[in-house]
Amino acid sequence: MATVAANPTESDTAVEDMVKPRPLNDAARAEPAAPVAASAGVSNRSLVNPKLLVAWLKNLAAPIIGILAFLALWAVLAPQVDTSLGSLPGPVKVSAQGVALFDEWAAVQEQKAEFYAAQDASNAAALANGGETRNFEYSGPPTFLDQIWTSLTTVALGFFLATIFAVPLGLICGLSKTFNAAINPIVQIMKPVSPLAWLPIVTMVISATMTDPDPTLPKSFVISAIVVMLCSLWSTLINTAIGAASIDKDLLNVGKVLRLGWFAKLTRLVLPSALPYIFTGMRLSLGVGWMVLIAAEMLAQNPGLGKFVWDEFQNGSSQSLARIMFAVIVIGLIGFLLDRIMMLLQNFASRNRTV
Amino acid sequence: MKSNRRNFLLLAVCAVSLSACGSGGDSSSNSSETVKPATVDGAIEKPVLKLGFIKLTDMAPLAIAKEKGFFAKEGLNVILEPQANWKVLLDGVIGGQLDGAHMLAGQPLAATIGYGTKAELIAPLSLDLNGNAITLSNKVWAQIEPDLEKGADGKPVHPISASVLKPVIASYKSQGKQFKMGMVFPVSTHNYELRYWLAAGGIEPGYYTPGDVGGTVGAQAALSVTPPPQMPATMEAGTIDGYCVGEPWNQAAVQKKIGVPVITDDEIWKKNPEKVLGLRKDFAEKYPATTAAILRAIIKAQQWLDVDGGKNRVEAVKILARPNYVGADEAVIGASMTGEFTFQAGDTRPAPDFNIFFNDYAGYPFYSDAIWYLTQMRRWGQIAEDQTDQWYLDTAKAVYRPDLYLTAAKKLEDEGIIPADSIPESDGFKGEQSGFIDGIIYDGRAPNAYLAKFPIGLKAGQKVTNSGVN
Repeated sequence: MATVAANPTESDTAVEDMVKPRPLNDAARAEPAAPVAASAGVSNRSLVNPKLLVAWLKNLAAPIIGILAFLALWAVLAPQVDTSLGSLPGPVKVSAQGVALFDEWAAVQEQKAEFYAAQDASNAAALANGGETRNFEYSGPPTFLDQIWTSLTTVALGFFLATIFAVPLGLICGLSKTFNAAINPIVQIMKPVSPLAWLPIVTMVISATMTDPDPTLPKSFVISAIVVMLCSLWSTLINTAIGAASIDKDLLNVGKVLRLGWFAKLTRLVLPSALPYIFTGMRLSLGVGWMVLIAAEMLAQNPGLGKFVWDEFQNGSSQSLARIMFAVIVIGLIGFLLDRIMMLLQNFASRNRTV
Repeated sequence: MKSNRRNFLLLAVCAVSLSACGSGGDSSSNSSETVKPATVDGAIEKPVLKLGFIKLTDMAPLAIAKEKGFFAKEGLNVILEPQANWKVLLDGVIGGQLDGAHMLAGQPLAATIGYGTKAELIAPLSLDLNGNAITLSNKVWAQIEPDLEKGADGKPVHPISASVLKPVIASYKSQGKQFKMGMVFPVSTHNYELRYWLAAGGIEPGYYTPGDVGGTVGAQAALSVTPPPQMPATMEAGTIDGYCVGEPWNQAAVQKKIGVPVITDDEIWKKNPEKVLGLRKDFAEKYPATTAAILRAIIKAQQWLDVDGGKNRVEAVKILARPNYVGADEAVIGASMTGEFTFQAGDTRPAPDFNIFFNDYAGYPFYSDAIWYLTQMRRWGQIAEDQTDQWYLDTAKAVYRPDLYLTAAKKLEDEGIIPADSIPESDGFKGEQSGFIDGIIYDGRAPNAYLAKFPIGLKAGQKVTNSGVN
């Protein structure tokens, strides 16, 4: 989190820099080097760049070596797992399947173009002859990119629902001890429940309530999003409650003195104070939500990455395992990306704050 | 105008269906009125459809109907979506997310009688005949192989009776272990075929208590539900000693050398009905022209698969090997679909009837097929009480809809696409059938008399409780 306030006798730029939060990613890390050099009085830019580069490379060296070592270990150990059910694919096979998935996507784009061209042609002919036109959408299977997009939108909806449900509830919990004591047992019992245990219940409830034969959002999408919500809202709820409860009592007293109404108290005192905690909770929730989504999709038939993995498992072909591993890597990378985005938001929200 | 015409058509369909139903009298009557096609005309009501399937090779008619443009030619835009398992597929059709699906023959029957989720499903078309096999683990095969009768070529004589498992089961029992086998769903054709084979060999496969889906009361060989893709791994791990499943999972076991198929279901019951196209009853009533169009497209696909002794099968295998259809390796799918079946490395035998999609009236949904499945449900206790012959007939007529099949088939015959002799002139019954491994004759008109013929199975008046059969 952010650093403490700097000594006011130093120069302004230095104060600003020390109060600036120190993010963990490498690009931003390089920034402090420049102001340090500037405040030291050295304004020659050519001296700054090599130092920058060296510092940057030093930071990257360890992770890169780690990744290469992992790849090497994988390439060596994988072929040694040779069971009657097949052998584990190494990094080469997995990346080959990645290329194959891309080729499949490209082929589908071509087929889509052909389909629409053919449909346009037959529509033109039908119009000329006074017949009916058709307006079908391409009905082939979803490509890997389509599936990634579906997973992302589903987790977005689930996360959004979790946040709007958990944040207000958490704030109330943090501000009212009795309310917290009232709902705490329920929260603690529902928190450890696995998504696959929620799935049948949510499926039945959604099937009973969504009876429209042609809904705007497909049932499988809604079911997956709600399961994500149910499993991921707990981090946000608990962290928000802690954030609201740990507001400085002096601030609350100031609010009493100024006779602030509850809304002003909420927006001026509680929320700004609890914001870092809320964002921490949201970051944890998104991580859990992404994990839960993949599991829920396998059974809820939402056409995302989870379904891709399950369908490949059912295929049982000699490339299936490699494709599944490629999907696992993609799932991990996307989870990593989402986490980084949340971390940036978290750092943005926690600037100028103490831990 | 349009709504008047649609109402009239709905009435016509209902009237014809009712008249076809009303021909049955009491259990001994001859319901020998030929089934008449429903009258349907008009534009496609719902051109965009989603059909579900499970990744087994007998979903081929659906894949071919899409890839060869048969659906498109009928004006339908069909999305084929693979489902996670049979339960999810069934729920999808009942709940409306799927308009129809590649279904086990027992599923629409069980749903209609209320075993499992209650829903009104119909089967207007049978997708194929045969297509399953029973595979045993290498360990069990090693124990039974020396005692098998061998032919002149040194290979085991087929069909292999389940009685060869008796010493294996006895040795398991003496070690305190249970002999276990897997099948895909409680009302699957695989369950009933496996039980039939075991019982024909004198082995008790277990009974169902009312409301339970375990089915292991009194079992010498305990059966459990295992999802098809997990079957090879589960058998390799020793959790099950064998399984009954469709393709490509038997050939996958052969190719990976982890098991040996011992019998195909064609050898248990010659030309047995397998999968059906399952639709909701209200779907067919609400969209009669669409239903007829779906059936016409699938019948054309079935014909394409069987034409000229199977000349298109190689191309069909290529299509099915795509990851969005069955997805298994081409060689594994081709090992059962192109006229042969491999039992072991070096033991490939001709099996031209392993999958029948069009010949031998494969598409016609015979009432006697439905009644056979219902009798097997009663035989093992899934139907808890005895039922009258009339009940079997009424249930079969509510679910199996040859009238809808004939509408589609007759139109194709009129257009010269399918030959006239591929459509049976039938009252829905196949007559006496004798192709069973135990030699028992099946007459669909006398289900209770049929049930009384089995040495193993519930007799009239018997019920199952947790302590056994009473």
